[in-house]
Amino acid sequence: MTAVVSRPGGVGAASPVGRGPARRRRHRLADRPWSLWLALSYVAVLAVAALAPGFLAPSSPTAVDYAAALLPPSLEHPFGTDESGRDLYTRIVHGAADSLSIGLGAAALAIVCAIALGALAALGPRPIAALVDRVIEVLFAFPTLLLALLLIAITGPSATTQIIAVGLGSAPGYARMVRGQIRQAAGSGYVEAAVALGHGRARILRRHVLPNALRPLVAVAALAVGQSIVWASSLSFLGLGVAPPSPEWGALLDAGRPYVIQAGWLIVIPGLVIVALALAATSIGRHLQHRLESGARA
Amino acid sequence: MTLLDFSALREVDDDLDPELRAAAHLGAPAPRLVVENLRVSFRTPDGERPVVRGLSFSLGAGECVAIVGESGSGKSVSARSLVGLTGRGSVVHVDRLEILGADARALSSRAWRRLRGRHVGFVLQDALVSLDPLRAVGRELDEALRLHGRAPRAERRRSAVELLRRVGVPRPEERARLRPDELSGGLRQRALIATAIAHDPEIVIADEPTTALDATVQAHVLAELDAMRARGTAVILISHDLSVVARLADRIVVMRGGEVVESGPAARLLGRPEHPYTQRLVAAVPGLETRGRALSPEGAEGPSAALPEAAPGDGPLDPPVVLEARGLVKAFASRGARGAAPLRAVDDVSFTLHAGETLGIVGESGSGKSTTARLALGFSEPEEGEVIVLGAPWSRVPEARRRPLRPRLAVVAQDPLSTFDPRWTVGRILGDALPRAVRRDPRARAAAVRRLLDDVGLPAGDGSVLGRFPLTLSGGQRQRVAIARALATEPAIIVLDEAVSALDVTIQAQILDLLLDLQRERDLAYLFISHDLGVIGHVSDRVLVMQHGRVVEQGPTERVLRAPEHPYTQELVASILPAPRPSNPPPGRKDPS
Amino acid sequence: MTRSSWARPAVRIVGNAVGVLVGAATAAFLAQTALPGDRATAILNIRAGQAELRTPEELAPITAEFGLDRPLWQQYADYLLGLVRGDLGTSYLQFRPVGAIIGEQLGATVVLAITAIAIAWMLMVVWIVATGGRGPRLTALGSLVDVTTAALPAYWLGIILLLVFALGLGWFPVLGDGTPLSLVLPALTLAIPLAGFLAQATRTEFERALEQPFALSARMRGQSDLGVRLGHVLRHASLPAISLSGWALGATLSGAVVVESIFSRPGIGQVLVSAVSSQDLPVVVGVVVLTAAFYVAANLLVDLASALVDPRQRAA
Repeated sequence: MTAVVSRPGGVGAASPVGRGPARRRRHRLADRPWSLWLALSYVAVLAVAALAPGFLAPSSPTAVDYAAALLPPSLEHPFGTDESGRDLYTRIVHGAADSLSIGLGAAALAIVCAIALGALAALGPRPIAALVDRVIEVLFAFPTLLLALLLIAITGPSATTQIIAVGLGSAPGYARMVRGQIRQAAGSGYVEAAVALGHGRARILRRHVLPNALRPLVAVAALAVGQSIVWASSLSFLGLGVAPPSPEWGALLDAGRPYVIQAGWLIVIPGLVIVALALAATSIGRHLQHRLESGARA
Repeated sequence: MTLLDFSALREVDDDLDPELRAAAHLGAPAPRLVVENLRVSFRTPDGERPVVRGLSFSLGAGECVAIVGESGSGKSVSARSLVGLTGRGSVVHVDRLEILGADARALSSRAWRRLRGRHVGFVLQDALVSLDPLRAVGRELDEALRLHGRAPRAERRRSAVELLRRVGVPRPEERARLRPDELSGGLRQRALIATAIAHDPEIVIADEPTTALDATVQAHVLAELDAMRARGTAVILISHDLSVVARLADRIVVMRGGEVVESGPAARLLGRPEHPYTQRLVAAVPGLETRGRALSPEGAEGPSAALPEAAPGDGPLDPPVVLEARGLVKAFASRGARGAAPLRAVDDVSFTLHAGETLGIVGESGSGKSTTARLALGFSEPEEGEVIVLGAPWSRVPEARRRPLRPRLAVVAQDPLSTFDPRWTVGRILGDALPRAVRRDPRARAAAVRRLLDDVGLPAGDGSVLGRFPLTLSGGQRQRVAIARALATEPAIIVLDEAVSALDVTIQAQILDLLLDLQRERDLAYLFISHDLGVIGHVSDRVLVMQHGRVVEQGPTERVLRAPEHPYTQELVASILPAPRPSNPPPGRKDPS
Repeated sequence: MTRSSWARPAVRIVGNAVGVLVGAATAAFLAQTALPGDRATAILNIRAGQAELRTPEELAPITAEFGLDRPLWQQYADYLLGLVRGDLGTSYLQFRPVGAIIGEQLGATVVLAITAIAIAWMLMVVWIVATGGRGPRLTALGSLVDVTTAALPAYWLGIILLLVFALGLGWFPVLGDGTPLSLVLPALTLAIPLAGFLAQATRTEFERALEQPFALSARMRGQSDLGVRLGHVLRHASLPAISLSGWALGATLSGAVVVESIFSRPGIGQVLVSAVSSQDLPVVVGVVVLTAAFYVAANLLVDLASALVDPRQRAA
């Protein structure tokens, strides 16, 4: 099974497939239940924020109060206020829905593309497989952020573009992973054993190759959501995503940039929310990976 | 790193083996190594798990003590604790540990480092991974020389070459520049020995030094260790293989589950083993002499053990041919130089396999025996020649045409674990292997799976392995499940590719007994591939000897192994270490343990 | 090693590299033709900054300038030939060759990326040698740090570093003034997540190699723990990180976009962001093609480095 290596948020695209069988690591802090519980509770809070923001932050995210502009975090404004006196906590809670849907949408798009490309490259008829193989390698030469920027340059910035750009931008890395997994499963001893029993190709594909190859993707999907949100927020930070009046987290970062010296919390806190989500996703992903590798066998 | 934890020393036990006491105190020269009551355990989340419980022996100059045991016996851990490298999480207690007269219990980790390599040399198994695979062996030797000496670089280089020459590596100047993967198995094992004896240590510990080696090479490496012993080095030999031990050891300690079950002079222990486990171990070694006899006590009690051996081919009617290979050729593009002729892994191999007989294919690594097996299985297409299974063309036809015949030809591989889907339980693996009609009827399926388990001697009721995943099974259980799966389609032929090579000798004995029982009951034809002449001699009716992809000799087992004609077969047969045979044959006896 | 055993892998590697480059150029060309609607209109609208219908008279010079009236395959061939000559096309907005626009800014970004990778490797090696395979607690701590740093987005880490070390402590300049000191924070911003990422790949290998028989053999001949780590294990463990480094260069170059924006450093990042927001496609595509070329070149170096570290690869 492949090691799922999470990627550096700011700099990278999806990684090439990790090397060799990942060993069981029972003692790693990141794999311990308490970190999993922490991660799951954080995700649960965000889910509530996305589905029922009024429950966590009853006031309006657009309520302007110029008298209270650029206030540092306090009891009244736990995350401080922005240049128009809007409460940052309220804005972050109300931005969760947009941010999470962009992340989920992009991750789903990336994984679907990756499965399609990876499966074609590994299992398709020879000329098509060879072509798709090349295409994956070429696309992999473009870093995620760059590929995303290219797509935005063609279509212009918008929320939809952002989902497509991040999704397509990170797909090649996952496609390589899927391709590797399928090839590994197809060349395994248990597939040979099924051939020796006289089982047909379709049956072997359905019962052995695909389940074994795609199972690790459950863990990868968790990681992909976290990464997608980081990528999307990077684009917004550059002013190439959802535009600032929106409370989407990346847009909050963009809006806070002019005030970084006077009001650092405007960037630090939304950033922290995103980083925590990326870490939670990593923790959940690693836990899933660990479960998949050892759980079924113990 | 915690190497040895002597903080919790117990008082000296007084029940030391009197034989050892005599050796330690009455022998004129002081022994080089004395161990008394060595106990090792590992800390686990569930508490301390003991792996060695009370090992004692002493070793003098020019002596060889062998520690024998199967996997999990604690023999390797014991050896490592003698040089203070038991590993993380280990707790070592010892009443007395003297190395060259010094109390090793008080040594600092720095003092241990000075001891290792200079006074105690250690040889691990499989030089391919025991030497740094990224380095030339000369550099590895250089490291060994540099660690305990001050010789300048040029002098070290000369010493390295000299060391290689001493362990019998021809053209040592060239070989010093090569990496382990560029050397043959025998040469790299010698190079590994050279790194261990760079400073002429007084004691050499060899942990399975010949295990991964071909028979002919194994004999050379053992001769090297013997020569060292003759020069006065004290040797501790760790092995699972009684025939290796019989060749070298003055005294033998037999371990099982961390405990010493028996110890004594080699000749006595192998000739008249006293403990039932030792008897069992000695009886389990297969060979030409054990043909027609059960190797394990369980096999001896089996219903078919009493049956006289039917010799196929001797009857009035020859049984039908079930598998035939005609002039098989399989070539692989050789790596490295361009334009070189492709390597012929299998070169003009022909044989026939009759119903109910065992054809043994024997050869060393790279002889083409496994490629032959793959050709016979239809996993690989021959460039020339063809395979015929049950009268139908088998090779060079589309897989779809082979498929209907597949159930008649089964396979058991060396490493069964990789042939099981890791997501599936034993029950599902076996159920999936059944013929379609049975597979689809839940009740018939469950009954058939239980019958299969019963056939291979696995419990089908309480404590059944049905709901377990193969990873949680022992090596012997896994191999039994693999055999059960092979039987599921009621095959006529089973290809066994090194099927017992990875098993401990007592487990190997059980599996061999099982295979031979099944063959008698079901008239199965076995294509039995092995590197082990002893196993081949025990199971085969006819033998085919391969070298460099070619068949050098084939014929009835007794004839080929007793009167080999081809020089290579002669060399192969000569290199078999005589298996230790007890003077009073114990097999077939009930094992009280 | 004979020369012929080197030649074949070399041909294969260079062939792969050319394949990726041609593919990247093709993708880049297709991206430029993918502007919605009539291309000449789109270019004109991009230049004007507003969308409106244009008359044929207005469009004619654009069509002539970019050769849009010729068949697509001819435009493609011209584009490829131009790339071979080092011609990346002409900016829609600046009316200058893309090559010149990027060339002016490239140096600063490459220096940043290479510094970042070098720092990342140093951090990673020290960290892994210090914490790898040292028992459950240190391993847990080590791997927690790997995972956490690897997940830090550049925009966030950069701002934190800026706030703490430049604004708070005043150790480094706030803006990129071209001095080596001003390189430290941007390079660290890129290096820290990269180090965490490389460390994850290395740690697994390091712990595996530490338990290999050859490491035990070295201890058995009296080698010290540090000697085993540095002399044997590190070499084995560095292989996955080396093979990731080519990819890391591409990723770092694109990560520079964010970092240059935070620290107001000159570089292709700034060029890229303004080109993307103004839809100046030739410039965007130029940066993309150039990054792909860097990726390919870096991978050639990576293959070379891997073969040096692991001589077994030469034969394969």
